[in-house]
Amino acid sequence: MTTTGRGASGTVNPSSAMVTPGFTWSPGRAFWVVAALVSALFYLFGKDWLPKWALSYPRQWNLPLKTEIGVFMNWLVEDATLGPISFQEFTRGVAWLLEWPLNAATSVLATGLMSGPGSSAVQLLPPLSWLAVIAVVVAMGHYARSRGLAALVGGCFLYLAVFGQWHSAMVTLASIVIAVPIGIVGGLAVGIAGYRWRGLERLLTPLLDLMQTIPIFAYLVPILFLFGFGPVAAMIGTIIYAMPPMVRITMLSLRSVPGELVEFGRMAGCSRRQLMWKVLVPAARPGLMIGVNQVIMLSLNMVIIASMIGAGGLGYDVLTSLRRLDIGGGVEAGIAIVVLAVALDRLSDAYARREPRSGSPTRGGLLKRHPWTVTCLLVVLGTGLAGLVIPAFQTYPAQWQITTGNGWSDLVKWINVNFYDALEAIKTALLLNVLIPVKRFLLAMPWAWVTLLLTVGAWQLAGTRLAALVLALCAFIIVNGQWPKAMVSVYLCGISVVIASLIGISAGIVSAPRPRLWQTMRVVVDTLQTLPSFVYLIPVVMLFRVGDFSAMIAIVAYSVVPAIRYTVHGIQKVDPQLIEAGVVSGCTRRQVLWKIQLPLAMPEIMLGINQTIMLALSMLVITALVGTRDLGQEVYIALTKADTGRGLVAGLSVAFIAIIADRMIAAGVARMRRRLGVDA
Amino acid sequence: MPQASTKLACNNVWKLFGPDPHGFLNNIQGEPDPETLAEAGLIAAVRAVDLEVQEGEIFVIMGLSGSGKSTLVRCLSRLIEPTRGQILFNGQDLLTASEREMIEIRRHKMGMVFQHFALLPHRTVLGNVGFPLEVQGVDRARREARALKVIELVGLAGREHDYPRALSGGQQQRVGIARSLAVEPELWFLDEPFSALDPLIRREMQDEFLRLQSVLHKSIVFITHDFDEAIRLADRIAIMKDGALVQVGTPEQLVLKPADDYVAEFTQHVDRAKVLSVGAIMTPATDGPGFAGSLNVDDRVAAIAARVEAAEQPFAVIDAHGERVGQVTRHAVIDVLVGRELGE
Ligand SMILES: Nc1ncnc2c1ncn2[C@@H]1O[C@H](COP(=O)(O)OP(=O)(O)OP(=O)(O)O)[C@@H](O)[C@H]1O
Ligand SMILES: [Mg+2]
Repeated sequence: MTTTGRGASGTVNPSSAMVTPGFTWSPGRAFWVVAALVSALFYLFGKDWLPKWALSYPRQWNLPLKTEIGVFMNWLVEDATLGPISFQEFTRGVAWLLEWPLNAATSVLATGLMSGPGSSAVQLLPPLSWLAVIAVVVAMGHYARSRGLAALVGGCFLYLAVFGQWHSAMVTLASIVIAVPIGIVGGLAVGIAGYRWRGLERLLTPLLDLMQTIPIFAYLVPILFLFGFGPVAAMIGTIIYAMPPMVRITMLSLRSVPGELVEFGRMAGCSRRQLMWKVLVPAARPGLMIGVNQVIMLSLNMVIIASMIGAGGLGYDVLTSLRRLDIGGGVEAGIAIVVLAVALDRLSDAYARREPRSGSPTRGGLLKRHPWTVTCLLVVLGTGLAGLVIPAFQTYPAQWQITTGNGWSDLVKWINVNFYDALEAIKTALLLNVLIPVKRFLLAMPWAWVTLLLTVGAWQLAGTRLAALVLALCAFIIVNGQWPKAMVSVYLCGISVVIASLIGISAGIVSAPRPRLWQTMRVVVDTLQTLPSFVYLIPVVMLFRVGDFSAMIAIVAYSVVPAIRYTVHGIQKVDPQLIEAGVVSGCTRRQVLWKIQLPLAMPEIMLGINQTIMLALSMLVITALVGTRDLGQEVYIALTKADTGRGLVAGLSVAFIAIIADRMIAAGVARMRRRLGVDA
Repeated sequence: MPQASTKLACNNVWKLFGPDPHGFLNNIQGEPDPETLAEAGLIAAVRAVDLEVQEGEIFVIMGLSGSGKSTLVRCLSRLIEPTRGQILFNGQDLLTASEREMIEIRRHKMGMVFQHFALLPHRTVLGNVGFPLEVQGVDRARREARALKVIELVGLAGREHDYPRALSGGQQQRVGIARSLAVEPELWFLDEPFSALDPLIRREMQDEFLRLQSVLHKSIVFITHDFDEAIRLADRIAIMKDGALVQVGTPEQLVLKPADDYVAEFTQHVDRAKVLSVGAIMTPATDGPGFAGSLNVDDRVAAIAARVEAAEQPFAVIDAHGERVGQVTRHAVIDVLVGRELGE
C-alpha cells in the first residue's frame, strides 16, 4: 500500500490495528512478522547456534566507567578544591547549614532541647506537647478550608498519639518541616531563573527529565559518599528528590500568567524585581501551590528510603520491622506514614486552593484580628506549663495507647494457616507459566538483536533522531555491562505493567460511565497515590514472602493508579456528539464502547500506560529489598557499599530504560493523535 | 479649533515579527513590499506608521482583527520595541530612553487599560487600584485615599474589599479604568477596553468613558474594532489595515471622503446623522423669505433634525464668530436621515 519506509507505513503498536480494521501488508509490518519468527528461533536454538559473545557481552569489552567514577569521587573528596576551600570543607559547610535547623525542628517537635553529650544529655526544655501540636494543625485546617478539614487533620494526628507512633512521627515531621521549605525555595529560585533565561531552561529541561526517571537510590550513593551516613545526608537526598517538580511547575506557572498581566505590570512602572514578586509570583500562586503539595508528597515518599541512609523516625521503624519480618510493627509504622501523608496532603491542598476571603479587614485587638493564632499560642504555652506538673499534658500516656501490632501478626498467621495452599498455588502457577518463561525468553535474546529491534521501532515511530537516541542509550547499557540485569528489570517491569494496565484499563472502563462508582473509585485511587511506595511491600511480603512474585505484586499495586485515571479521563473526554452519532446509527452500548470510546481514548490511555511504566521503574529499587536480581538490586548493593560508580551506572541504566519507553510511547501517541485528528 | 500641542507623535514606525527583522530592514533599500517580507518569513504587524496625538484629544485607532492595532499601541508605549522608527512623547524620544527613565515615565505619565482587564487576582479592588502607586513607593494611607477617590469616580464605591472574581465584566473593567487613572496619567492607552463586554454594558461604559473624559481631559489613544464605538468616542480616527494606516481624520471626514474602498466599507452602515455636521450639508445662503432660526456649523445633524423638519423655512448656519455662512433646508436634513447620497 505504502511505498515510503516510514511514516505512513506499518506500525508497531497493536492498538492501531484496533482502529484501522483489516490488515494490510507493508514493508514495516513484514519486518515485524519476520522479527517475531527470528526471535522465536533465537529462543529455541540460540544457545546452540550463536557464539557466546552474542548472548553475553564480553566483560573485557566493558568501558571502565564505574571505576572512573569511583576514582573521580575519591579525588573530589580528597583533593578537589573550590577556590580557597577544599571540596570536603564545602560539603561540611553545607551539612552544617542544614544540620542546625534540622536539630532545632527535631528539638521542638520530638526530643526537646538537650544539653550534654549523647545518652547522658539532660533535657533543658520539653518538646511541644502533643496537645499543642494537635491544636496547631487543627487551627491550620480551619484556616485553610473548613471545620471538616480541621477535624480530619486533628483526627490524623490524634491517631498518631493514640497508636503510639507519636515520637517517630514527630521526628519524621521535623525533617519534613525543614526539607520542604528548602525544596520549595530552591525550586522556586531555580524555576524563576529558568523563566528569566531561556538558555537555562533549555539546559534544565533534560536534566529534570533525567532526575525524575533516575531511581532515587542512584543519587543517594554519591550523597552518602560526600556527606556520610546520617540525618543530614538523608535530608539532602530528600530535597534533591523533591525539588525537580517544583522547578518545573514554577517555570510552567510563571509562563502561563496571562501576557496582559505582565504588560500591565510593566505599564504600571514595575522594576524587574517588583514585576516578579508583586505580579508574576502572586498571580501564579495557584499553580505554585500545586508544586508545594508535590514537594510535600515526594518528601514523605522519601521518608523510608531516607531512613536507609540515616534518617530516623517512621521510615526507620518500617525498615527495621521489614528486616526483622515483624509484620505488626511494620504495618503500624506504615499506616502512621500514610496517616501523616494524608493529613499533610489535604492540608497543603487546601492551602493551594484557598481563595482569599472578601470583606473589609477586621479592626480591633490582637485577639479579634488573629483569633486562631492567639488561641494556638495560648494552648502551646498552657500545655507546656501544665505538662511540667502533669505529664499527661506533655506526652500522651503510655497506658492509654492502643497497639494493633499483634492483631496484624495474628491476621497474617491466620491467613497463612488457612490460605497458605491457595496462595502458594497461585504464586507457583504464575511463576511457572508466566514469569519464568518470559524471563528466559528475554535473557535468550542476543543484545544486538534487541537493540536492533528497538532502533527500528523508534525509527518507524519518529524517524532518525529518536532511533539514534534509542541506539545510544542501549549502547550505554551494553558497554557498561548492565545488559543482563537490564533485561531482568525489563521482564519484571514489563509483566507488572501488562498486569497493571489490564487491571487499570478494565477498572477505568467499568467506572468511566458510572459517576457514582467513579466517585468511590476516586477516593481509593487518591489514597493509593498518597501512599509512599514502600508501604506496598509490607502486605505483599506478609503474604508471599520474598522473591520476584512479591516484587511484581508490589509494582502492580503501586503503578496501577495512572492506568485507571487516564482511562477514565480519556473515555469521559470523548465528544458526546460522537457517542450520540453512534447511538443514533444503532450501536449497542458495547459497540459504542469498543468502536467509538476506546479507539478515541487510546492516546490518553497510552499516556496512562506510560506513567504506569515510569512508576513501575521507580519501584524497582525498592523491590530490591525483597530479593530481586536486577538493576534495582545493583543500585541497592552499591548503596550499602557506598560504591558511587556502580550505583550511578546502574541508576542511569534504569533511567535510560525509562527514557526509551517514554519517548517511544510519546511518539506513538503523537502519531495516533494525528491519525485521529485530535489535537495534542 | 485652537492649535493644541502634540502629546505623542510617531514617525515611520515599523514592527516586524520573525527571524532577524533588523538585519532584514537594514539590508533593504526603501520600503519592503509584502512579497519580500513573506519570503523572509516575516510578518509586518506595523508598517510605516506616522501619527500625532494632540493634547486632550481622543484618538481612536480602528481596524479589523489582526490589522496590528495592539502591536501599534504596544510600540507607542514601548511594551514592545519597534523594529524601526521614532516615537516622541512630549518631544522626548522614547526609544532612546533608558530602562530607568521608561519606568519613571510609565509610573507618572502613562496609563493603560486592557481588553481582558488584567486585574491582579490576588488583590482586592482597593489593592488593584492602589497597585501603581504602591509600585512608586507612595505610603499606604495616601495611596488608599487616592484609590478610594478614583474608585468612587468610576462608580464602584462600596466594592473596595471585593476580589476581582466577585465582580461582573463591566465592573472589572471599571476597576481597570480606575487603576489606570490612579496615577493621573497624561497619556492614556485603552486597548479594546469594552470588546469583552455585552453590547448593553458596552454602551453604558462608553457613556461613562465620555463622562470621565469631560472631567479629566486626558490625551487618549483608544483602540477598537467597532466603528460605531469609534465614531461615538473619537475626535479623530485612524483606520488601520495590514499594519499600515489607511486614513486619519475626523469621523465626518471619513464618512464624506473615504480614502479607499476599505474605509468606505466601514463607513457604509453608520448612522450619518450622528456623524455629519450642519456645515457638511449646508448650501450657500439665499436671501429668501427669511429663516426659521439659526444653527451652529458644528452641530450634528441628528441633534437639530427635529427642529429643522418641523419648520417650513430653512435655518441659517452661523460659524464660531457669529457670521452667517450658509443655510440648511428641511430637504437636506431628510436626505441625510433616509440615507440618500448628498446632491442626488
Ligand atoms: N509576538 C508575535 N509574534 C508573531 N506575530 C505576531 C505577534 N504579535 C502579533 N503578531 C501578528 O501581528 C499581526 C497584528 O496583530 P495584533 O495583535 O496587533 O492585531 P490586532 O489588530 O490587535 O487584532 P485584534 O483585534 O484581534 O486584537 C497579526 O497578524 C498577528 O498574528
Ligand atoms: Mg488586539
